[in-house]
Amino acid sequence: MGIELLIFKSILVLVVFTITLTIAAYSTYGERKIAAFLQDRIGPNRAGPFGIFQPVADGGKMFLKEEIIPADASAFLFVLGPSLAMLTALMTGVVIPWGDTLTLNGVEYSLQITDLNIGVLYIFGVVSFGVYGIMIGGWSSNNKFSLLGAIRASAQMISYELAMGLSIVALIMTTGTLSIKEIVDQQATWHWNILYQPLGFLIFMICAFAECNRAPFDLAECETELVGGYHTEYSSMKLGFYLFAEYINMFISSALMASLYFGGYNFPFMNSLGLDQNMVTILGTVVFFGKVFFFIFFFMWIRWTIPRFRYDQLMRLGWQSLIPLAILNILLTGIFTMREELKNWLFN
Amino acid sequence: MVEYIFYALSVICIACALLVVFSKNPIHSVLYLILAFFAIAGHYVLLNAQFLAVVHIIVYAGAIMVLFLFVIMLLNLNAETEPHKNMLTKIMATVSGGLLLVTLVGSFRAAGQVEMVNLDNSNIGTIENLGKVLFNDFLLPFEISSVLFLSAMIGAVILGKKQLS
Repeated sequence: MGIELLIFKSILVLVVFTITLTIAAYSTYGERKIAAFLQDRIGPNRAGPFGIFQPVADGGKMFLKEEIIPADASAFLFVLGPSLAMLTALMTGVVIPWGDTLTLNGVEYSLQITDLNIGVLYIFGVVSFGVYGIMIGGWSSNNKFSLLGAIRASAQMISYELAMGLSIVALIMTTGTLSIKEIVDQQATWHWNILYQPLGFLIFMICAFAECNRAPFDLAECETELVGGYHTEYSSMKLGFYLFAEYINMFISSALMASLYFGGYNFPFMNSLGLDQNMVTILGTVVFFGKVFFFIFFFMWIRWTIPRFRYDQLMRLGWQSLIPLAILNILLTGIFTMREELKNWLFN
Repeated sequence: MVEYIFYALSVICIACALLVVFSKNPIHSVLYLILAFFAIAGHYVLLNAQFLAVVHIIVYAGAIMVLFLFVIMLLNLNAETEPHKNMLTKIMATVSGGLLLVTLVGSFRAAGQVEMVNLDNSNIGTIENLGKVLFNDFLLPFEISSVLFLSAMIGAVILGKKQLS
């Protein structure tokens, strides 16, 4: 690996890290503004013009609050919980292609931190590991409500991981690769995967809502039944990490939906504009972030539109509707990909 | 470089495996076991088998150990409520464990020194090659093991149904 590539990749890592945190911070502001818009209110408007510095004020408040570790809690695990939640939330960004290639001084650089040939599985592995942050935090608080909240949250995440994995299997069958970069490249000129996998996308999106513990699946933090959920005992920035990780997860799943199903950085007529490659790449990245912001808005829109499920409804939806539907989707995809062979076998 | 990583991973793996046995709190045991699984996944990556590594993480660390943690948390096992076995059980456990160790050592000695093989194809562990090998050379064992999984799943569903009624 050349030293220039190393420098470029290091800068890219820092940029992705900063952008992720900034977007997560401003998602909290966006959420409150969108909630206000949907409920015909004004929303935060005190810190700066239109309340634009609200996330900074919230972050400062989180840092300055008193930090409490309960006497009966196991201190190491109590700190490990939110750290793991944050770590797993930030780890997925490395395999997402944020843009095509840039050519600087005659050398091509890819705007993806690393192109793993098992990219989709890597994301799945990190997501499945994300449960531990919640479980460890809830258990180490040594509080019944925290434990119940943690068990609720993790049971929900495990259940919806299955359907999510099955919906991705159908996508992999049509694309024939596990590298996210290749999946995005295949979608150039309107071959968006949403057109081939509409049912798969629907299942994936519902599961993404459940994995992020977002409404209508936010049973993990049901105030009326659980006081606060798995983070009842948390205060200060440790609580902030849990809430922040949720917004980062939302951003990353929006980026995943955009790149797996909605063409990623591809946009219509990108090769007939007559621009040079660098310009197209930059435009593509802008378009990609536009798609991501749309999905983040969609997450918030749903949150303020649909009420929360009951827990048995949640489990029934996951196990009895989504998983059979995902398996049906795999079957249909298989029949569709092998249609020529099937025709020959049936009629000859 | 690779050798140093190998030794570091091995030390982590063995230390965690020992801590699984020696730690008093069952939750800590499970967490050490997860760390040990990660070290083994690191070994797979060193052997250029990224697919195996990531599947190892998904299946063991992501699914099976979560269920372990679940059960232990729900049963609320900890040092105070741990049942104390009597002396006879402890002696029997030690003897049977020692016998297992003797059997293992004996079988490893009989197997002799394993020759290091340099593979022609360094991409042998990638998902494409693994899939081709599984579906060409080992199709029957692969399908039979999937039937085994299916029967285990059906068994679990039937056991779960029985409890309801």
